[in-house]
Amino acid sequence: MTVLVQSAEQRKRARNVGIAYLVLAAVTLFLFTQRPGDAGFRLTSTATLTLPAQAFGYALGVILVAVAVGQLWRGFGRLSNVVLALATALFFMSFLSWAAAGESFSFVGMLQDTVTRCVPITLGAIGGILSERSGVINISIEGMLLGSACTSAIGASLWGLWVGVFVGIATGVALAAVLAVLSIRYKVDQVIVGFAINFFALGITSFISFRVLVPNPELNSLRPVQPIRLPLLSDIPFVGEVLFVQTIFVYFTYVAVAFTTWALYRTKWGLRTRASGEYPKAAGTLGVRVLRLRYQNVLLAGAVAGIGGAWWPIGTVGRFDQNITGGRGFIALAAVIFGRWHPVGAFTGALVFALAEAVRLKIGNFKTGIPSEFLIMAPYVVTLVVVAGFIGASRAPKAAGQPYDEQ
Amino acid sequence: MKFELRGITKRFPGVVANDDVSLSISTGEVLALIGENGAGKSTLMNVLYGLYRPDEGQLIIDGQVTHFDSPADAIAAGIGMVHQHFMLVPVFTVAENVVLGAEPTGALGSLDIDEARRRVREVSEKYNLDLDPDAIVEDLPVGVRQRVEIVKVLLRDAKIVVFDEPTAVLTPSEILEFFEIVRTLVKAGRGVIFITHKLKEALEIADRINVLRRGKVVGSADPKTTTEEAIAEMMVGRAVQLTVSKSTAAPEGPALTVTNVSVVDPDGRTVVDDVTFEVRAGEIVGIAGVQGNGQTELVEAISGLRRVSSGSIRLGDADVTDDSPRERHEAGMGHIPEDRQRQGLVVDMSITENLVLTRYHSGEFSDGMRMSWPKAREKAKQLVADYDIRTTDPQQAASTLSGGNQQKVIVARELSRDIRLAVASQPTRGVDVGSIEYIHARMVEERDAGTGILLVSTELDEVMALSDRVLVMYRGRIVADLDPKKVSHMDVGLYMAGSRPGVNA
Amino acid sequence: MKSLFASLRYTLLAVVASLVVGAFIIVITDIEALGSGDFGKPFATLWTAYTSLFTGSFGSLRAISNTITGATPLMLAGLAVSLAFKAGLFNIGATGQMLAGGMTGLWVGFAFDLPGIVHVPLALLAGAIGGALFGAFPGVLKARTGAHEVITTIMLNNIAAFTVLWLLKTEAFKREGRSDAISKFVSDGARLPRLFGFLDKRIDLLAHSGFIVAVASVVLFWWILNRTTIGFELRATGLNQDAAKYAGIRTKTMVVVAMALAGAFAGLAGASEVLGLYGFASASLAGDIGFDAIAVALLGRSSPLGTAVSAILFGALQAGGRQMQVNTDVPIDLIVVLRALIVMFIAAPLLVKAIFRIRGEAHSYGQTFRGWGG
Repeated sequence: MTVLVQSAEQRKRARNVGIAYLVLAAVTLFLFTQRPGDAGFRLTSTATLTLPAQAFGYALGVILVAVAVGQLWRGFGRLSNVVLALATALFFMSFLSWAAAGESFSFVGMLQDTVTRCVPITLGAIGGILSERSGVINISIEGMLLGSACTSAIGASLWGLWVGVFVGIATGVALAAVLAVLSIRYKVDQVIVGFAINFFALGITSFISFRVLVPNPELNSLRPVQPIRLPLLSDIPFVGEVLFVQTIFVYFTYVAVAFTTWALYRTKWGLRTRASGEYPKAAGTLGVRVLRLRYQNVLLAGAVAGIGGAWWPIGTVGRFDQNITGGRGFIALAAVIFGRWHPVGAFTGALVFALAEAVRLKIGNFKTGIPSEFLIMAPYVVTLVVVAGFIGASRAPKAAGQPYDEQ
Repeated sequence: MKFELRGITKRFPGVVANDDVSLSISTGEVLALIGENGAGKSTLMNVLYGLYRPDEGQLIIDGQVTHFDSPADAIAAGIGMVHQHFMLVPVFTVAENVVLGAEPTGALGSLDIDEARRRVREVSEKYNLDLDPDAIVEDLPVGVRQRVEIVKVLLRDAKIVVFDEPTAVLTPSEILEFFEIVRTLVKAGRGVIFITHKLKEALEIADRINVLRRGKVVGSADPKTTTEEAIAEMMVGRAVQLTVSKSTAAPEGPALTVTNVSVVDPDGRTVVDDVTFEVRAGEIVGIAGVQGNGQTELVEAISGLRRVSSGSIRLGDADVTDDSPRERHEAGMGHIPEDRQRQGLVVDMSITENLVLTRYHSGEFSDGMRMSWPKAREKAKQLVADYDIRTTDPQQAASTLSGGNQQKVIVARELSRDIRLAVASQPTRGVDVGSIEYIHARMVEERDAGTGILLVSTELDEVMALSDRVLVMYRGRIVADLDPKKVSHMDVGLYMAGSRPGVNA
Repeated sequence: MKSLFASLRYTLLAVVASLVVGAFIIVITDIEALGSGDFGKPFATLWTAYTSLFTGSFGSLRAISNTITGATPLMLAGLAVSLAFKAGLFNIGATGQMLAGGMTGLWVGFAFDLPGIVHVPLALLAGAIGGALFGAFPGVLKARTGAHEVITTIMLNNIAAFTVLWLLKTEAFKREGRSDAISKFVSDGARLPRLFGFLDKRIDLLAHSGFIVAVASVVLFWWILNRTTIGFELRATGLNQDAAKYAGIRTKTMVVVAMALAGAFAGLAGASEVLGLYGFASASLAGDIGFDAIAVALLGRSSPLGTAVSAILFGALQAGGRQMQVNTDVPIDLIVVLRALIVMFIAAPLLVKAIFRIRGEAHSYGQTFRGWGG
């Protein structure tokens, strides 16, 4: 019988997590207790959670030390992830109460903002997942988002919001078609094509922005969609306000995440897609049309990313500006890796990043003594720490990036 | 039902893989297709299975000319194929792998996994192929994976089942079980094509034998009347020495001492369990065992690619337990790795570069920082001549060499150094007969010159023929230390399966 | 030799194909003219645009100077990406590494006042070291945690950009009397001399000896890769990591070494811009060079000569593009489009072959990126 022994690697990882908890505890105890005052977290129009910053900091610091000791001593086994999530959440609350000590801010607003901002990243990530799960690396999410943002702005300004979205989808599909044809049929390196599409999209949308949109501003102004209150669901205190008073883009995102998860793991299409990404030869020998599946999935990815791109003009700001996506496509890629190529995981990653952005907006005005540049940097640092510390080498679809030969 | 391939020709750039090949198979019989690596057997079967379109020739079923555009067509016509390298998605379950491509569906295209499970159980019970539909394939041992492949094929109601080198990964007793499965299939009205280079097995199970060489059918034989030597001669085109000639060994001091070595993998499983043995200078010690019983990890531990969790390894007098692979090379260890293309060579680099891959940093070719390519090229020329590596220009990429010659590059690189111990893992896997003879002879020569050789191979014939002593590994432990002259293949096979001679199964 | 001509031919055809598509874009986006039925104007614009491209890049001494100036950082940053590719890594972090090197070179540049012959090499060395450290960091992360360099380098680029923005406002770096993000001037002794310095009247010729540093780096790159043991190890690791491991090469160390060397080249790019072109640093020091550098490396197939030639080509496009923007109302962003098209066509010889109906073999160049690993 084989004996289960904790390998050196497992022990090392457990120790690192314990050390991380200690670091968090130290930061909490020595930093987050420094500002006097109460932090007001506005939860609804009437209720405000008031946390005494220093007391909370001390209390939490002690808890974190206890957790660290527990981790280093025995570990938490099955509950490790739960403990991690709780510890992170509490640390985050302590940070907020420190930053907002003596002031109050709309906690609800911050969370609402988070959910809104995660839309393009999540939809971009789903595009990435659809493509990569079937075996085609998709570096061009940024290009698809940017291209569709530009064209949907023009389409919506001229012919209305629905046409705008449709134009955005078409743009995403068109760019995806380039990726598909070049990488599947002409066997061009998928990463090269992906980057070329990104450059191309950046160049051409900036070009259009200066040459066409600036002299013709009527092509670039529209009224974006307004949030819709979902009946019943939005009446749930606190949670309802955050999740169910959002624009249709957000609701679509919820559906997209759920649907993609179901489709990938519970349907015939999903099984064949995953097989094409893991071991296409096996699928091919059983009669699965791997190449056709890859084409379909890449085009579908483009469509989803197209909707994501339309979020900028039609979902929020009502116009297109040069490089409006600002690298969110690459964040989406990070979300895919963060989420281990699972839609829900990627959604979580997108939320983490969006949360960092939303936090910056809310507390940027408070006098925390942190230079504004560092606050802007926070989302990137968080992503870096998470990817390096907790994800490490994640399990990609094995055949992603390798062209498939059908005789 | 009768399937016929008539006049099949298939060309690839630079080679004619199949040249006007004809054969036929009917349900109710077993045809063995024999040929060495590169003879064109797999190509022919891929044509039969619809993976390749033939450039010339026809496919005839029961007198009707037909053609296959894809494996889907072949499957529909009743052909099932169990490939040499299993076509199983490692992260999927047994049920998912079996129904892929023929999935039972429910509403909206959803996968009816319960139905899939049911069907797997049904087929596996019918043919006595015990399988758990929810097991994850990558956790399964090789013998079980083969059963999954067979169930895959039977689920699709295959009339002709093609097995490509099915016994390469089985113990002798598993091979007997496999033959039983074949007989059951035949009794149930299927036809079986059995591709192999193992002559003994072909003689054992086949009703007819066809021999392929260099893309052509060079003969057929009746297993009841022919001999191994006769088939071997047809296979290679000349008389072949099927045994290795070697004198008795005269071993001296220890070259390698492995003491109480255990290896634990990252998941916490003990894959090498308290192993102790010794290889002396001037002897060949062979480790027999089915793939997956810890040999790979043991070799990695010995060569320094993996940490041992306990125990020690000594090379001669020196303790190398904590040494890096590079340090062990310098201390006199040579290693011929299992997978030449992935581990042994950088195929995109030139032959010269590959020949110095393990000692480019030595004073011979560099001064520590700068490389001297002229010196490397000279050495390469010498090694190419010495080791009979068939190439026109050592500056060409190693990818231009045939499998056998690639292996010779690795052998040349390792054996030409001043070493005390050579670790050889599957040294003749996928290599043509001529090169096999050569490599075996070289290894015996090396032994006679005083080097210790540790041979790890799943080819029992090779281990028995070459080794002076045979160890058997099972589930991470050494379960036997035998004299090959005194035991039979069958006995070794029993040890390989975790049993012992004299114990009733 | 034959394959060199063949690939040169494909490169030329790729450039031609891109120019054609670019022309199409120029014409089609002149909405006012097309809308009012004036079909002559777009073509006139096109003519002026493309001729400006040529005159702006090679048509005069000033143009050549501009091309050289633009090519210098591209060549060094391109080497940063090429070297990483050779080791099997995707270095998107050239921007961040250039910023890091720029800042360290800047600091050594203004913190001391030494004679030029000492100060210049010292400051350049500081730049290389700064870049090397910043590049080694994602390398270490990958070696120890497996974190993929694509993600980490992208994050680090952003982190570097904002850190620089902050640094330039601190007392240590900030220029007196300015409140925006702009640094002190470096000492005169640290300035890289201008290439055309002997032409006293032509102070508009900005090309500086950073170009010489760049060309020397290309030679160094070639030498490291092909004549040293480290280069051999890097190449082996990049081509087949498993075999390299089996041969005793410490592949994890190689990852760090490769990223550090790559970072050093990018750091030199930063230092040379600060010391040669500007004499100070601002937040826009590196611009978006990371992505341009990737295009240069891809176009040059990660080879030393290829990278150098591609850098010059892109430098030319940049210089010409500026001229084009001056002479017409075609924005310089068209250059970005042209670059994308060139990369795409170069990477798809089969596609070029199909378009131009070339007979004979067209070999696909194989995969640059072997997948996410694992």
